[in-house]
Amino acid sequence: MAEALNNLVQLMDPYLLQILVNIGIAIILALGLNIITGITGQLSLGHAAFMSVGAFASAIITIRFNIPFGLNLLLSGLMAAIVGAAIGFPILRLTGDYLAICTLGFAEIVKVVFLNMDITNKALGLTVPTPKSPIPMPIYVWLVAIIAIIFSSFMKDSRFGRALKAIRDDEIAAEAMGINITRYKIESFALGAFMAGVGGGLYAHFINYINPSDFGFLKSVDMLSMVVLGGLGSIAGTVVGASILAAAPEFLRFMSEYRMLVYGGLLVFLMVFRPNGLLGGVNFTDLVLRSLGRKPAIAEVREKQT
Amino acid sequence: MLLQQLINGIALGSTYALIALGYTMVYGIIALINFAHGEIYMTGAFVGLFMVTTLKANIFVAMAAAMIFCMAMGVVMEFVAYRPLRKSSRLSALISAIGVSIFLQTLALMVFGADAKGYPDEVFPIRQLHLGSAEISTLQLLIIGVSAVLMIGLEFIVRKTKIGKAMRATSEDYNTAALMGINVNRIISFTFALGSALAAAGGVLVGILFNAVSFNMGLMAGLKAFAAAVLGGIGSIPGAMLGGLLLGVAEVLGVAAGYSSYRDAIAFAILVLVLLVKPTGLLGQKIHKKV
Repeated sequence: MAEALNNLVQLMDPYLLQILVNIGIAIILALGLNIITGITGQLSLGHAAFMSVGAFASAIITIRFNIPFGLNLLLSGLMAAIVGAAIGFPILRLTGDYLAICTLGFAEIVKVVFLNMDITNKALGLTVPTPKSPIPMPIYVWLVAIIAIIFSSFMKDSRFGRALKAIRDDEIAAEAMGINITRYKIESFALGAFMAGVGGGLYAHFINYINPSDFGFLKSVDMLSMVVLGGLGSIAGTVVGASILAAAPEFLRFMSEYRMLVYGGLLVFLMVFRPNGLLGGVNFTDLVLRSLGRKPAIAEVREKQT
Repeated sequence: MLLQQLINGIALGSTYALIALGYTMVYGIIALINFAHGEIYMTGAFVGLFMVTTLKANIFVAMAAAMIFCMAMGVVMEFVAYRPLRKSSRLSALISAIGVSIFLQTLALMVFGADAKGYPDEVFPIRQLHLGSAEISTLQLLIIGVSAVLMIGLEFIVRKTKIGKAMRATSEDYNTAALMGINVNRIISFTFALGSALAAAGGVLVGILFNAVSFNMGLMAGLKAFAAAVLGGIGSIPGAMLGGLLLGVAEVLGVAAGYSSYRDAIAFAILVLVLLVKPTGLLGQKIHKKV
């Protein structure tokens, strides 16, 4: 089995494979942020901090202990989730932009603390050994990504997910309906952080070298752009947004030095012409049902109402 | 010793305050965190440098030129990237601001190169003046003086002029202000121009102070200034000044106490702590939840 998978990976173009892995990791990270910002509506500008915690946890576990890679990832994710919950407890009392700036500040603090710790090798960064796992890395990343997509889709429409959406739409009304806002917010924060931690662990082992400065403000912004570009709260949108933005620097490579210029311009352009994100407000179940004729189109509904 | 650090801190803090004012004014009016503001500050520093080195201009002329250039830039930026998004969600406007920030930073990298450039030494003669046991340099005096003049000027515009009144009305209630016959779009453009001019002045001053201007200087300064704005209570002009000064002093004291490697974290640690105790910032007004 492992042999066959290895052969399969070897068959593919390494450059393409690298882009695919980048996309897979981006999807995991963006889905995590989507739970916090998209579904629960808590703007977080510090998602890179959780990714950083996961990446360093995973790297250190690999260096110090000899445990299977899957367990390693789980531990890194849990570590990030614990940090997320610990942080979430005090700061989730804040709302809106105050929360955003607090998460940003927290991420900067994590970065600077990691830059001064011996265990993270300070500013030199850590070289991460390849994981001991029979399954090749690209397959691993995509397995986790697919699990993340399936999990998010089910979570979104579960009792838990609906409570989160209620908090996003109106906190006071949600509270009046008996939803424990603080608990749900912390749980969503921990869940998002968990996914960021797992994504960070995969990132660390794929890149093979991590440095605390890699997980700065721009990394958080990258993830936020993916979620907003795809459409806040939409799983399919987040996947599309993550794929586009993770691949964009590669596809723009032919204009080498203008690459980031175009990237910045593209963000503005997309926001101006599609302010709710590419798939914001698009409901796939509705679309399918409508095309099958099971549900009237919006125009017909309006006619009936008038 | 303490007095000396206090002087250094106030000089640094007043530059933070200058940048923070732009954040706070824009936020007060359209509730947008203008992440590209740090890039305006960086551009201001470069325009000042260009005036001083290539055109051999006087430092005050250079500062004025930088302010005028950045005013125009702020207005153009608002027109291109924020005005079309006035009606859409605040997050899209935020992403748009981030896009502008990336764009401007890369543009600066391409135009000016990756290495840090310094203002020539003769641009402003630095002498040390004795003030009791402490020393204050003419440069620090210049920074504190220029910042004070600009901030008093801003207070005058906001409190005493007609357009300032319109600004306050718009920040109070956007729609009602429009109904009262205020040209809201013009007011917003004016706010961007004002904030950008202050940031540009801050950029030139910091350029002389640290003698290094580089394409990526905007990000950290912008984040810290934003932290200062939130610390003072976002939307409040005196709050931004207070927050800037506090962060500057705290940073200098922290470095003097031997935590120099934690320099960038000090401002944010204070910010997080203050917000936990007083979630609207020091001078911010309590937001009442409407049920």
